Amino acid sequence: MSEQAKTGQRPADVYFFATCVVDQFFPGAGLDAITLLERAGIRVHFPEEQTCCGQPAYTSGFPDEARKVAAQQLTLFPNDWPVIVPSGSCAGMMKHHYPTLFANDPARKAQAEALSARIHEFTDFLVNVLGWQPEDKGGECTVVLHTSCSARREMGVHLTGRKLLGDLAHVTVAQQDHESECCGFGGTFSIKQPEISGAMVEDKVKSLKATGAERVVSADCGCLMNILGHAAWKDRQEGRAQPSLPGEHIASFLLRRTEERSGK
Amino acid sequence: MNAQPIHFKPSEGFRGRAKAVVDNPFLRQSFRGAMDFLMTKRAAQFPDAEELDSLRTLGEHIRQYNLGKLPDLLVQLEENLARNGIHVHWAETPDEANAIILGICQKHSAKLMVKGKSMVSEEIELNHAAEAAGIGALESDMGEYIVQLAGEKPSHIIMPAIHKTKEEIATLFHEKVPGVDYTDNVDALIQIGRRVLRQKFLEADIGLSGVNFAVAETGTLCLVENEGNGRMCTTAPPVHVAITGIEKIVEKLEHVPPLLSLLTRSATGQNISTYFNMISGPRKPHEKDGPQEVHLVLLDNGRSQAYADDQLRKTLQCIRCGACMNHCPVYTRIGGHAYGTTYPGPIGKIISPHMLGLEATATMATASSLCGACGEVCPVRIPIPELLMRLREESFSAPHENPAMRGQGAGYKPWVTAIWRGWAAVYRSPSLYRLATWLGSRFAWLMPSNQGPWTTVRVPLKPAPKRLRDMLKERG
Repeated sequence: MSEQAKTGQRPADVYFFATCVVDQFFPGAGLDAITLLERAGIRVHFPEEQTCCGQPAYTSGFPDEARKVAAQQLTLFPNDWPVIVPSGSCAGMMKHHYPTLFANDPARKAQAEALSARIHEFTDFLVNVLGWQPEDKGGECTVVLHTSCSARREMGVHLTGRKLLGDLAHVTVAQQDHESECCGFGGTFSIKQPEISGAMVEDKVKSLKATGAERVVSADCGCLMNILGHAAWKDRQEGRAQPSLPGEHIASFLLRRTEERSGK
Repeated sequence: MNAQPIHFKPSEGFRGRAKAVVDNPFLRQSFRGAMDFLMTKRAAQFPDAEELDSLRTLGEHIRQYNLGKLPDLLVQLEENLARNGIHVHWAETPDEANAIILGICQKHSAKLMVKGKSMVSEEIELNHAAEAAGIGALESDMGEYIVQLAGEKPSHIIMPAIHKTKEEIATLFHEKVPGVDYTDNVDALIQIGRRVLRQKFLEADIGLSGVNFAVAETGTLCLVENEGNGRMCTTAPPVHVAITGIEKIVEKLEHVPPLLSLLTRSATGQNISTYFNMISGPRKPHEKDGPQEVHLVLLDNGRSQAYADDQLRKTLQCIRCGACMNHCPVYTRIGGHAYGTTYPGPIGKIISPHMLGLEATATMATASSLCGACGEVCPVRIPIPELLMRLREESFSAPHENPAMRGQGAGYKPWVTAIWRGWAAVYRSPSLYRLATWLGSRFAWLMPSNQGPWTTVRVPLKPAPKRLRDMLKERG
């Protein structure tokens, strides 16, 4: 538990950086994450001018283009509040790569470093800053958790999602084989090397399904886009009307479990 | 910079080679099983995460310390090797290295060279050059022997024949080794190999080996191996020729034990290898065995290019344990041959561009999801994902003056750069971003069902009908 959580210093206000993937493809996940934070008694501020952390260009070998986009985000968080990011991957970009990206820009370097210190991945913030304890109001349910490589290896927050799910009284967390292996998304990797990426997501979906879990949850929508996209494609190929592996962002799952009269 | 001509571009046809393996369920399962086995063995060697962490930090510091003094250490090494009676040769290119080794062979009218495992000898394609010069070059490491019999190249730097099943090896031995009946009993196969090789160690005129650590202060060549063939190669024939890259140097003998421990534990999950040879010179007058002549060939082949750049220099920290490939989800899917480079896997992707130039390897760095598994297990903390991103930048940026790498800009495509510029123009501008995403959400139905590579195994991507910002506004 962080110092802040131990001493009960809960921030009254936080910024929310949704990420471009959540804004456009998983808006419900963003809304649910905000709602959860609000129910924990925190005022959530959503800077309207936010776009993308810049990671797609950065990892594709175009740091200049990434820098232009990242520079825009640097200006969005004037108050000294935590910045909550519902994605380990984008949080990793802002926390660990922004300082490198602006290392040769004296004007922005300090800004990037200050912002970096305030970046929190969503599940890490819930567990280690808020000490949030979910009260499970749902029925018996088995889920499987997929943790992104950035959350695991860059942010080191692979245990917080597991803890949150583990705290739900009626939820069983299934264990998949090769849990720590990449789902094969990797941003433009999935487009540039579709054969390898396709093989990786195929294996990932197989191992998630083999657990018999009712759904997959993840704190990263990039992985979900890939995993659910393949699972749905497979369903289509094999003529299934119902999704064989439904899934959602962990914020949506947690919110539903902690609401009155919730189902699964 | 290295001017070695390009014979082969591993980048070309990479996707096709990868696909061939990915589409083969048998190979997929076989690589998966082999890599799982190696990962489990390594994990068992490092039960204490804190010890591993501090040992990796020590390994990183030792390698960086030594690379920092590389030019001085090379001079010191040469002096001390010479004092010990070892002849030192310098080769800038593979062709020069081959010419030096074949020159030594010719001086001794050698007919047969027996080889211990050496990836640098693969890098310079020594067997090919020896054969062209009429000199037999026989691999004596069991994995290398199998690969040579099959007319292939190693698919892994530690386990060259990892792509082969015992049944394939049984058939190979039956067909290629005179007088051998089919057996897929692994022990019997190993005994067959040993019997053949034992005779060759006695016949060979030259013994060739690699080097794991060259110690500058003592002029010692350290060789790590498991089969004893390395010791045979370096002691039985009258002449021993060692070859290594210029980066394999450490200043002090005390630098060796931590690196050796990291190497064997990371590579094969062994506490220590079965053999560890320290070679400090030819047979002395009063000694009854050992080679009469010992040579060391120090190869550059693009390493000095990596050395010259602070970030790229980290590539040279590598101690060739292969843990990065064992843990790589890409290597696990496609195996070593698909890469088309001597060194496959994550380390291959970051070192090969220095050896072959980016012209030949422009797209290799894209074959990674940047998952970071390689960097996480690297015993000397090479930041492989960071280096892959750097290589992508070197490859895709417009050609410019004084590049850090040979072939910089080889993957440059003006239209790709234009797309990223356009992307940045939209995403750096909140109003353009709002407009673009608004259009996306309103006209999601216009998204094509065929979205190229994405939809080969996934349903099409479709923006949600409302963006998060719309939902927040509605909620008030």
